[in-house]
Amino acid sequence: MTAKKLSLKQRYEFLTRDLDWEPSYQSADDIYPYDKFEGIKIKDWSGWEDPFRLTMDSYWKFQAEKERKLYAVIDAFAQNNGQTGVSDGRYINVLKVFLTGISPEEYQAHRGFAFTGRHLRGAGTRVACQMQSLDELRHVQTQIHTISHYNKYFDGMSEFPIQHDRVFYLSVPKSFFDDARTAGPFEFMVAVGFAFEYVLTNLLFVPFMSGAAYNGDMSTVTFGFSAQSDESRHMTLGIEVIKFLLEQHPDNLPIVQRWVDKWFWRGFRLLGIVAAMMDYMLPKKVMSWKEAWDIYFVEAGGALFQDLARYGLKMPKYADIATEAGEHISHQNWGLFYQLCHVAGFHAWMPDAEHLDWLSAKYPNTFDKYYRPRFEMWAKQEKEGKRFFFNGLPQLCSCCQLPMLYTEPGDPTKTCFRSSVFKGTRYHFCSDGCKDIFDGEPEKYVQSWLPVNQIFQGNCGGATVPEVLDWYKINVGVDNGDYVGSPDEALWNAWTAQRFSEAS
Amino acid sequence: MSVVAITPDYEDYIEYRDEQSLYHGAMLVYVHWEEHISFVSAFGVPLPPGTPFGAICEIAMGIYGDHPDAARIDWSQAEWMIDDERATPDFGKSIVENGIGHKSLIRFWTPGLHGYQGTAN
Repeated sequence: MTAKKLSLKQRYEFLTRDLDWEPSYQSADDIYPYDKFEGIKIKDWSGWEDPFRLTMDSYWKFQAEKERKLYAVIDAFAQNNGQTGVSDGRYINVLKVFLTGISPEEYQAHRGFAFTGRHLRGAGTRVACQMQSLDELRHVQTQIHTISHYNKYFDGMSEFPIQHDRVFYLSVPKSFFDDARTAGPFEFMVAVGFAFEYVLTNLLFVPFMSGAAYNGDMSTVTFGFSAQSDESRHMTLGIEVIKFLLEQHPDNLPIVQRWVDKWFWRGFRLLGIVAAMMDYMLPKKVMSWKEAWDIYFVEAGGALFQDLARYGLKMPKYADIATEAGEHISHQNWGLFYQLCHVAGFHAWMPDAEHLDWLSAKYPNTFDKYYRPRFEMWAKQEKEGKRFFFNGLPQLCSCCQLPMLYTEPGDPTKTCFRSSVFKGTRYHFCSDGCKDIFDGEPEKYVQSWLPVNQIFQGNCGGATVPEVLDWYKINVGVDNGDYVGSPDEALWNAWTAQRFSEAS
Repeated sequence: MSVVAITPDYEDYIEYRDEQSLYHGAMLVYVHWEEHISFVSAFGVPLPPGTPFGAICEIAMGIYGDHPDAARIDWSQAEWMIDDERATPDFGKSIVENGIGHKSLIRFWTPGLHGYQGTAN
């Protein structure tokens, strides 16, 4: 007689039960030293619901299948010289931003979930976190593998791990994850699991993956889909952790609200880079940043927080400020890239006339009034042979680490300055959101490694721009500067010319 | 301490990474030209405390020189703000004597110059 086969649910129960034994010769608090100090109160860990109930054997099976499909597409893309079929050479800069700014954070997420998977004492939570940890490791690997094909032809991708630790704008995503990973396990879960994966993830993945599809980059679309199929599990974990914390004890509410406020704002600042990518870097546009924000945050996020109101959780503080800024941040951030691409590892460029008209149509309230004149001035300077680059080092926000470029809520002609003095030293912030975060934990943020300040302190390879770029491993005249005149452009033009000569 | 830390002696291990003592005798000063926000942000510059205030104008011209408004700046008419307070700096005196400290923010307005075509750019 053959043994009766267990159902998936039974197998999951055996799996988690077997991970959930009562310790006999060590106290549970000694085994799980990290899950109480944040002040979160858990009465009953078995209240954790994991709707996926995935066991390791089925996890491996699903993931192996996804990998097989993904690598088949990547191989076909390479064999067909798919890199020559994207919309324009400018598009490749999207991948440079993704590889240097996002992929290393997949790795950071892997490390963070490995930590929470070890240190939260509920067995269901641990299993879910461990699987997400493995997912994130898979994501960073598939992204590196996919984009490595472009690295054979285009510049600016080869030194991404070192650049992640050194280059000024990459400290924005790096500091976000450093901040989350140096918090306790519950704050990490709210930061990355809820605020990032649940509330904001669509604003990251939909623009990148639809952008890739619109621009003929099927390899990126495929790793995007491959990752996105894990995201439904991650989103479930993210929402589950919020509900679990709020259901367990009323004292958890103010702590969770503070984290939601903080990580919403940090996430919003980080996504400003995506905003610039969407509105300026895609040769074929998907939708504007403002449209994406309205769909994925104002509508979807609004419904989510309405749903969470029964736990007493409110919309994140400054959500209204973020929505108002939706009219501005992509233009402001592209201005940053345009004038600082001589010290960046990717190219920026002047939008053409058709592109400017698209921006006018998408931003009827703001573009022509505030930003078109800026581009006209720069275009004029380009024409006179004086392409404008910012000739100084920017003041950075001591929280988000972006240059202090954002404007006052309600007045887009005036830079927003906020500051705090802590133990006799002054710290500057780009917004009330960033100032609040610093003021909440100044002892943490006074330790920030601010790239510009570190250059001035003499810790970045030297005192001159060429020395710093050498330390950044940016190949001057190749990786940096305007797209026009770059080796990338020359290569793209050669491919285009070849296509025309073959066709004729 | 406001950080909720697992280690009770957290404060003993804080590495303050932006103190004046780390700037090799200089202090970091930020300068911002109001109504010209096509320039990405204020710029930072490390200066010896004895630097005369007037040097700020020269340094600023090195950063802002290419702007169409730059040649028309009349420094005697500029209006100043140092760390959120209106100020009337003495160009001949040092930055410290003018009330500037480490990481002070110096903002200035140039009457009549409101950016490219008056758009604050």
